[in-house]
Amino acid sequence: MKETFLGYRRENGRVGVRNHVIVLPVDDLSNAAAEAVANNIKGTLAIPHPYGRLQFGADLELHFRTLIGTGSNPNVAAVVVIGIEDQWTKKVADGIAATGKPVQGFGIELHGDHDTIMRASKAAREYVQWASELGRSECALRELWVSTKCGESDTTSGCGSNPTVGDAFDKLYAAGCTLVFGETTELTGGEQIVAARCRNDQVRADFMRVFDRYQDVINRHKTSDLSDSQPTKGNIAGGLTTIEEKALGNIQKIGRKCTIDGVLDKAETPTHAGLWFMDSSSAAAEMVTLCAAAGYVVHFFPTGQGNVIGNPVLPVVKICANPRTVRTMSEHVDVDTSGLLQREITMDQAGDKLIDMMFRTANGRLTAAEALGHREFVLTRLYESA
Amino acid sequence: MIHCVLHDPDDSVAVVVVEGIKAGTALTGLILDEDRTIELECRQDIPIGHKVALKDMAIGDTVIKYGVDIGKVVQPIRKGEHAHVHNIKTKRW
Repeated sequence: MKETFLGYRRENGRVGVRNHVIVLPVDDLSNAAAEAVANNIKGTLAIPHPYGRLQFGADLELHFRTLIGTGSNPNVAAVVVIGIEDQWTKKVADGIAATGKPVQGFGIELHGDHDTIMRASKAAREYVQWASELGRSECALRELWVSTKCGESDTTSGCGSNPTVGDAFDKLYAAGCTLVFGETTELTGGEQIVAARCRNDQVRADFMRVFDRYQDVINRHKTSDLSDSQPTKGNIAGGLTTIEEKALGNIQKIGRKCTIDGVLDKAETPTHAGLWFMDSSSAAAEMVTLCAAAGYVVHFFPTGQGNVIGNPVLPVVKICANPRTVRTMSEHVDVDTSGLLQREITMDQAGDKLIDMMFRTANGRLTAAEALGHREFVLTRLYESA
Repeated sequence: MIHCVLHDPDDSVAVVVVEGIKAGTALTGLILDEDRTIELECRQDIPIGHKVALKDMAIGDTVIKYGVDIGKVVQPIRKGEHAHVHNIKTKRW
């Protein structure tokens, strides 16, 4: 396995594989100004979203953590923050500034959209020209942070694409990389297998606490056995019958050797290398958004029926082992491991094929989702606004 | 040609991995964990990705895949038949 890749080393020492200048709205009201700035200044990227007003408590903290984390991601060179008012705008800009990267915040009140767009566009223009001269440098493989989450799974996910990620994770874990998986509900039926893989009793207790917490949420709100949404209609069409079957396929992504070293809250940044479990939704865009906010720079996304998801700042590498999906949706597939199901390649070879694509992606190859313009950015909400 | 795959030799179902499997087809199944094959006859048309039963199962039996419990039988299933939401249900929630 190669030992280095070409990345962008940021002010805080972290390494990114993309060089985005983003225009980040703090709230729904600021989307129009943010999109206008990105339209004015070529090479910048607006990340609109529907939330940020009248949230409070843990839900508001998660909102800030996700926005600050997205701006702080090493795939981002510089950030323009726009909010309806100064105070929360400053909070997000200051949070990102802690990384040392260039960031400026603009409040709309007392200025209006025109003046805000003009001033923010000037800052964005300076940033994008500055960023365009940053170069890639050789970085150690262990500096790469890789996340995983699967979607539109079917039975081929559990036999082919998910164990491919598992094989790659075993190898990257041994190389000292920082890894994460999540999807709290989709471990139902396999939770004892995950618990047995935890490094020690403390990590196991942390995992079971977040697992049991969400089981309580389901039991409080469910109107059926959840068969209408877990497995999803797409999962069932693809042949998955029960949540247990889906979960056992899902956890193939964590391989057979690597150990779960710790549990993260949503969008929380890990403190050391190893494999982390993040308490998270199993909805694709929510989970990938949380991984980007936690600081991950490459994402492995196995799919069976063909999920098309991407992310604004985190390159999403799609892996598929379903020969029909590879045939009908080839523009979405970065790594085809359908040969596993005909015994044409071994799991070791499939894992190496994914790692090769990981290096190519890290070195600058656009993923299918990037080339197709998939930029799904979905904030997780914990409860209704005030 | 591999028509279906299973994970563990004790699994009671296997996943069809080719398109257009019709009733009466002689299936070759690959046991992924052991890299050896088994043979069985398919009794129904089964779409790619859907499961074929590897043994006769009665109502209340536990269905095994990955060597682990994935749910319960709610309608009798014969070896070679399509095994899915019409005859298997979750034990959770």
